[in-house]
Amino acid sequence: MAYIPIADQTDEMHDPHSFITKYVWSQDHKVIAIQYGGIAIAVGLIALGLSVLMRLQLGYPDSFAFIDPADYYQFVTMHGMIMVVYLLTALFLGGFGNYLIPLQVGARDMVFPFMNMLSVWVYLLSVIILLASFFVTGGPTGAGWTLYPPQSITGGTPGADMGITLMLASLAVFIVAFTMGGLNYVTTVLQARTRGMTLMRMPLSVWGIFVATVLGLFAFPALFVAAIMMTFDNLLGTSFFLPAMVSLGETLDHSGGSPVLFQHLFWFFGHPEVYIVALPAFGLVSDVLSCHARKNIFGYRMMVWAIIAIGGLSFIVWAHHMYVSGMNPYFGFFFAFTTLIIAVPTAIKVYNWVLTLWEGNIRLTVPMLFACGFIFTFIHGGLTGIFLGNVTVDLPLSDTYFVIAHFHMVMGVSPVMVLYAALYHWYPKMTGRMFNVTLGKIHFWATFFGTYAIYLPMHYLGIMGLPRRYYAMGTTEFLPDSAQTLNANITLAAIWVALFQLVFIFNIIWSTFKGKKADPNPWEATSLEWFTPDNPPKHGNWGPELPTVYRWAYEYSVPGVKADFVPQNMPPEEVVMEDPNARYVGHDG
Amino acid sequence: MGFLKSIFDKPWDYQGEDPSLKGKELAEGMHPKRIALRMFLAVVFVLFMLFIVAYFIRMELDDWRPLPEPGLLWINTAMLIICSIVMQWTRGAAQKSVRQQVKWGMLAAGAFTLAFIFGQLSAWEELNNAGFYLSSNPANSFFYVLTGLHGLHVLGGLWVWTRATIKVWSGTEIKAVKLSVELCAVYWHFLLLVWLILFGLLSNT
Repeated sequence: MAYIPIADQTDEMHDPHSFITKYVWSQDHKVIAIQYGGIAIAVGLIALGLSVLMRLQLGYPDSFAFIDPADYYQFVTMHGMIMVVYLLTALFLGGFGNYLIPLQVGARDMVFPFMNMLSVWVYLLSVIILLASFFVTGGPTGAGWTLYPPQSITGGTPGADMGITLMLASLAVFIVAFTMGGLNYVTTVLQARTRGMTLMRMPLSVWGIFVATVLGLFAFPALFVAAIMMTFDNLLGTSFFLPAMVSLGETLDHSGGSPVLFQHLFWFFGHPEVYIVALPAFGLVSDVLSCHARKNIFGYRMMVWAIIAIGGLSFIVWAHHMYVSGMNPYFGFFFAFTTLIIAVPTAIKVYNWVLTLWEGNIRLTVPMLFACGFIFTFIHGGLTGIFLGNVTVDLPLSDTYFVIAHFHMVMGVSPVMVLYAALYHWYPKMTGRMFNVTLGKIHFWATFFGTYAIYLPMHYLGIMGLPRRYYAMGTTEFLPDSAQTLNANITLAAIWVALFQLVFIFNIIWSTFKGKKADPNPWEATSLEWFTPDNPPKHGNWGPELPTVYRWAYEYSVPGVKADFVPQNMPPEEVVMEDPNARYVGHDG
Repeated sequence: MGFLKSIFDKPWDYQGEDPSLKGKELAEGMHPKRIALRMFLAVVFVLFMLFIVAYFIRMELDDWRPLPEPGLLWINTAMLIICSIVMQWTRGAAQKSVRQQVKWGMLAAGAFTLAFIFGQLSAWEELNNAGFYLSSNPANSFFYVLTGLHGLHVLGGLWVWTRATIKVWSGTEIKAVKLSVELCAVYWHFLLLVWLILFGLLSNT
């Protein structure tokens, strides 16, 4: 049987006809991607607003009468959960996964377009359930984003009435949505690649998204299990996690349950989740760096292997989040060991990014600025991770601002830097228009310095012993007054950063309508998505015929070739050489 | 193995379009639905394994009181085994495009599946009547949750089964439903496997 890529089998086509099928109930991966992205960014703005409210309370305690302790904990919880799950996971995999996988592997669409559409609507449902919890009796849960029992479901914790129930339901629904999307991404990468697109010719973006999706498919079930068991404990009176307790003077009906069991399940999801967010970021940033440095990515194979190795290792490090949980201390030794091992492939990636820049012909475009910013913030956050991975260092620091600083640098600011790099990089493809470069640069510098102004001082506060999770510090002997001054300044920086994100929102909305028409390949990139017949690509992506791939996606600055890039789909005989008699053979040929 | 081998490719070393050189593992004979089902089964397997790990951890604590499994479960197990056999037989019939066999095979498999579900519900009722309530002991809780979750997966399978069966009975070509029948069969075998693991676990602890 002749080899026919799935996407060439025309019976799979499903052209939209009306406005509704084109933009609302759309089965087109690009529309779904933008729907995913739009919902994620909208809900992310809510989470950003919550963080500003938190910072107001922390910076200026006793000044805001409308924030009581219960509110504060609700802000913290919802901020964390929304950012990690509903923004980052959804935007990287649902947004960029949907947009880039079919375009970069040369497919017409995902292999199961209907399931893909279902995925985004179920995701929207999970977001609605989540946001509904702001409007029920007792408000949303204030248990912290980790939702540790017993406190998350016992009286006295904000949102213990309805909030936690809705939160768990929302997570379960989100997992269903993710699984539908995830099966699509994996199958599309494995089965719908175009002619010549071998696994090792795929851009690293696809590799990162692919491995992260596999992680998600196997990690989210742990959260699902934990959510089901906690819902039973909460609503049906079982004792999976709840020990015997006296709450507000009353003996509860529960007995014998194990709160640590929940923590194990939660972090068996929670740690891979860090890499579900990080691996797509690693992939996307590799492509942005390579393109704007006009150099092939340094150590492509090593980059792929590192992605796979990090993915595998991420399943055996979870308990480093639990050094202070009271688990068997011997566990700590094992998990510290695996945690430090995972630094090796991660460091390989960082070196390779830096070496990609080395002697590159760097163009400091807006996406490139964000990508370089990512290298800074990621190294910074990664190094403090090595501190915290060691049990003896973690114990005193675990409940301080040091941890806040660490994880916000490594999985807050860094992935967001990549998101911006990627959004700016692919914006001309998604909308067909160019964003405003000046506003983009203002956005970068304000965000880059602003986030450092927020998180750098937090390291010092943490080492000083400033405890996290506190509504207000009150008068504490070991904390000098200057600690509070610093905290107030962090709040100012946070407000500054939040305000400048509005510049970004304005820029993308304004440019969608008023921006100048973009060139189909404004960055002179090599990967397939820049060579669609229409810009932005139409339904079916490729017109009558699928592209054929002749090489990897990193053919930049090849010696002897006239242009400084060779597209993946350009036949070797069409490559124009500087010397008309020379024949194009590629990098090492 | 194809995957492992292919990640040792050096993409910068060779150029050209000939897909027979590399990436041959694409597509041929492997329908995306097969891949997706396998992936999905792996996810469901992980889900049950995590429950089982939680089961073992929770069992170690001293308030665990094992409950007597109703004898009915043996009959239910037999039902599910018959289901699997019938499904396999129907799959074979679909390969050979014997319409009559596919029609009745699908129907019989569905009937035995419903019998299984009904049997499981009766087992629940039996336990409940004997005073083994969901929340009275963690062993009971796990019993209900695990059997319930397995039952839900069976019901989910019945949804796909319904669509395939309607197609078969309404005269769609067997060629067009062959894949659905095959996927149903694989899913039923998988649910049987999960059930055997769960049943072994529940009756031995």
